[in-house]
Parts: sequence; C-alpha cells; structure tokens
Amino acid sequence: MAFDTFQEFLAMGGHARYVWSAWGLTAVLLLGAVLHARFERRQLMRQLKRRLRREAHQAGHAGGAQPIPTSRGRSTNEA
Amino acid sequence: MRPKRKQKLFLALGLVSLAAIAVGLTLYALRANINLFFSPIQIVAGDAPYERQIRAGGMVKEGSVARNPDSLDVEFTVTDYVEDVRVHYSGILPDLFREGQGVVVVGQLQRDGYIKADQVLARHDENYMPPEVSEALEAAGYSPADYQAKAAEVAERLEAREGASQN
Amino acid sequence: MWAFLNKLRSPKWFYTISARLQPWFWAAALILIVTGSVWGLAFAPADYQQGNSFRIIYVHVPAAFLAQSIFVSLAVTGLVFMVWKIKIADMAATVMAPLGAAMTFVALFSGAVWGVPTWGTWWMWDARLTSMLILLFLYLGVIALRGAFASRDSASRAASVLAMVGVINIPIIKYSVDWWYTLHQPATFTVTGRAAMPMEMWLPLLIMVLGFYCFFIALTLMRTRSEILRRESSKRWVRELAEEAN
Repeated sequence: MAFDTFQEFLAMGGHARYVWSAWGLTAVLLLGAVLHARFERRQLMRQLKRRLRREAHQAGHAGGAQPIPTSRGRSTNEA
Repeated sequence: MRPKRKQKLFLALGLVSLAAIAVGLTLYALRANINLFFSPIQIVAGDAPYERQIRAGGMVKEGSVARNPDSLDVEFTVTDYVEDVRVHYSGILPDLFREGQGVVVVGQLQRDGYIKADQVLARHDENYMPPEVSEALEAAGYSPADYQAKAAEVAERLEAREGASQN
Repeated sequence: MWAFLNKLRSPKWFYTISARLQPWFWAAALILIVTGSVWGLAFAPADYQQGNSFRIIYVHVPAAFLAQSIFVSLAVTGLVFMVWKIKIADMAATVMAPLGAAMTFVALFSGAVWGVPTWGTWWMWDARLTSMLILLFLYLGVIALRGAFASRDSASRAASVLAMVGVINIPIIKYSVDWWYTLHQPATFTVTGRAAMPMEMWLPLLIMVLGFYCFFIALTLMRTRSEILRRESSKRWVRELAEEAN
C-alpha cells in the first residue's frame, strides 16, 4: 500500500482536490455513458412495442385490412 | 472493386491528401511564429522580439538562483548549455522549480538582455520514478539529468537489498 | 475480406453477432478498470517530484489515447461508409463520436488539473494542448453536422468528410511534443526503447488503457445495436424482436 491510513489516501499528500476532481469527472462520465446507453435501449424497445400495439389496434379497427406480419396474431400482451 | 466505387475511394483519399498538404504547408509557413518559444541561443542571437510577450524554454542553470530574503523577488538563469539568459521574477515559484530542471518563462525581453517574467513554469521531463530510487540516485551523486539512465540499475539494486534483508 | 464486408451490409447480422461479443467486453472493461484504478490509486508508488498528483496519469493517458483512437475510427468508418455504402459503418460512427468528445474533455480537464501543482498553470497554448483542444472542436463539429441536415444521408456524408479531413490532426497531436518545443513533456512510452517509468508504475497504466479500450468497444457495440433498432424499425426482424422481448 502506498498509504498508511484511509485518511492519508483521501488526502493524497495535499493533492486531493486535483486527483479526486480528475478521477471524479472520469468516473461520472464513464458511468453516465453506460447508464445513458442502457436507458436509450430500453426507451427504444418501449417505443417499438408501443408502435406495434398501435398498428395491431388500427388493423383491428380497419376491419378487412391487410394482415399485419406479426408472429403471434393480432393481440399484443402488455404487462 | 466496381469502377464507381474505386472512383469514390480515390476522391476520398484525394480530399484527405489535399487537406494534409494544405495543413502541412500552413504549419511550415508558420513555424517561426507558432513556436513562440525561444531558446537562450535564439535570444542571445537577437532572434527574439523586445516589448512582446515571449516564452523562453530551457533549464535552470545550477547555482544561478538568487532570492531576495525580504521580498518575493528572485533571479535565475535559463540556459540551454550553450547560451544563458538572466530572468527577473517576482512571485511564488512552482513547487517543481529547481536547479538543473526544465523551466518555461513567460515574459518580456528587456533591452538590457534579461527577461522580465510574468510567469515562471516548471517543465518536468518524461521520467517518472518512486522516491526511494531518486533518493538513492541523489545520494550516489547523480544529477537529475542522469536519473533515467541510472534509475533502472538502482531500482534493481534496491529490490535485491530488500529481498536480502527479508531473508 | 470482401466476404466480411458483405456480411456487414446486413444490420441484422451485426445485431446478432454483437449480442454475443458484448458481455465479454463489458466484463473485461469492468475487471481491468477496477483493478487498474485500485492499483494506481492505492498501491503504485508516488512520483519523486510530482507526489500523488502523478496518479492522475491513470485516467489522463487512457482518455487521451481513446480520444485519438476514436477519431481515427470515425475517419475509417467515414471512409467505409462513403466508398462501400455500408450502413453499419455510419451507425457506428454516430454512436462513437460522443464518447470520443467526452474522452477528449477528460484528457484536457485532467491534464489541466494536473498542471496546477506540477507546471504551475492549468493551460498554455503549446502545440500538444492546442492540438488536443482542436480535436475537441473537431468532435463537436462532427456531432453538430450530423444534426444539421434534414436528410440523414447528407448528414452522414458531411460528418464522414469532416472526420476524414480532421484525422490529420491525430499525427500532429502525437508528434507535437517532438516537432515543437512544448510545455508538455515528450512521450514516456515509445514502441522502441525502454519506458521512462518503472514497472510498478506502468503496469497499472497498461491495465487502465486496456480497460478503457474494452469499455469503448462494449459501449459502441451496445449503442450501435440501439442505433440499428432505431433505423431499421420498419423491418420485420426488428418487429419480431420487439414482440418477443418482454
């Protein structure tokens, strides 16, 4: 270990504000990138499902319209 | 590859080459001005302008630092080991400022031949080493310039000594 | 190689393949970055002159490497898109640019913060720092161009051209410390020659660099997959996917 106590580790020999601001920004941006990517994907999936539901619904009302190429018939399940 | 595709490829590469040539020529033309850094040789030769902020880069000459005990005034010499230029500065010097190490001085060249510095920056080299190694080197009488060449040697000897003392 | 390029024409193929690759890169990124961070922050020795501020190197250097590599990737994918019209290349370019910009910012910020206790200043207009700042502007330019056009094709082409032209900045950044006198010191690591750093200091650095690259690949795979869903949403395979997913 390069430090004897946790306090010393946090203090970074007087350079705490430099080290932790640099590392802090990096951590925030990396984590932010991951969270944003996951949120982005979930949002897209939700949009896609909503669109499918809407189209199935419309096809149902249109009556006699083109069959929608779904793999499970016209009703969609929404939990 | 289809001829049209080949054409596109050449067009793209052509654009990039053109841009590269343009940038290259610009940098070449500006090289005197871009490098607002002047070495002591250039300053002594009269290449550096007066009454304009310039930057001088070099090493702090060993034994050249003179501090005024009553104020923050300090004088030292910046050298490239061929020519020397005196620097007058008033203020706190950076922690890493020391004799035998790199320095960047931002200031105005005076007609008397010295630089009146607004800013003095420490320029450290690309070598990194733990304190034990540098202490051993200093004790052995090496100057900072020799450190990297000797650092590996000394580090090995230190490790061997630690290993031996543990047995 | 042409067979591989042809496979890339199918976003669906990429979507399936990347699903299998993704977890490995996330795992590698997590392990490498955590290991490198703990090692660099708590176990590596401090520098004899810079003290503990030296530990900033463990985020500054990986970020700077990534910032440059990602821009090169933008130039390559730009070229592939313009010449071979492979959509995936453009999709990847779209998602890589923001991370590249973020890494450039990290490199500049961490460098500035590191400069205060070591150099005595957080900024100087020397060749290395200035060319890195230009890189940030180039990234912002690429991102802006993508949003500036109504037609996606025009946007993609403009962004690709800027990336291909701007990539000239990369060798300038790399050699800036050799071609000009700079406040920023020359390279500690070269392909030839010994590192100007003992092993207990550079091993955690190597680990962090590898970790950052794995992170970049994992994130790009993930976000490119999302981009595929976005752009191919009218395709049958995407709709089936959306149905099966719960």
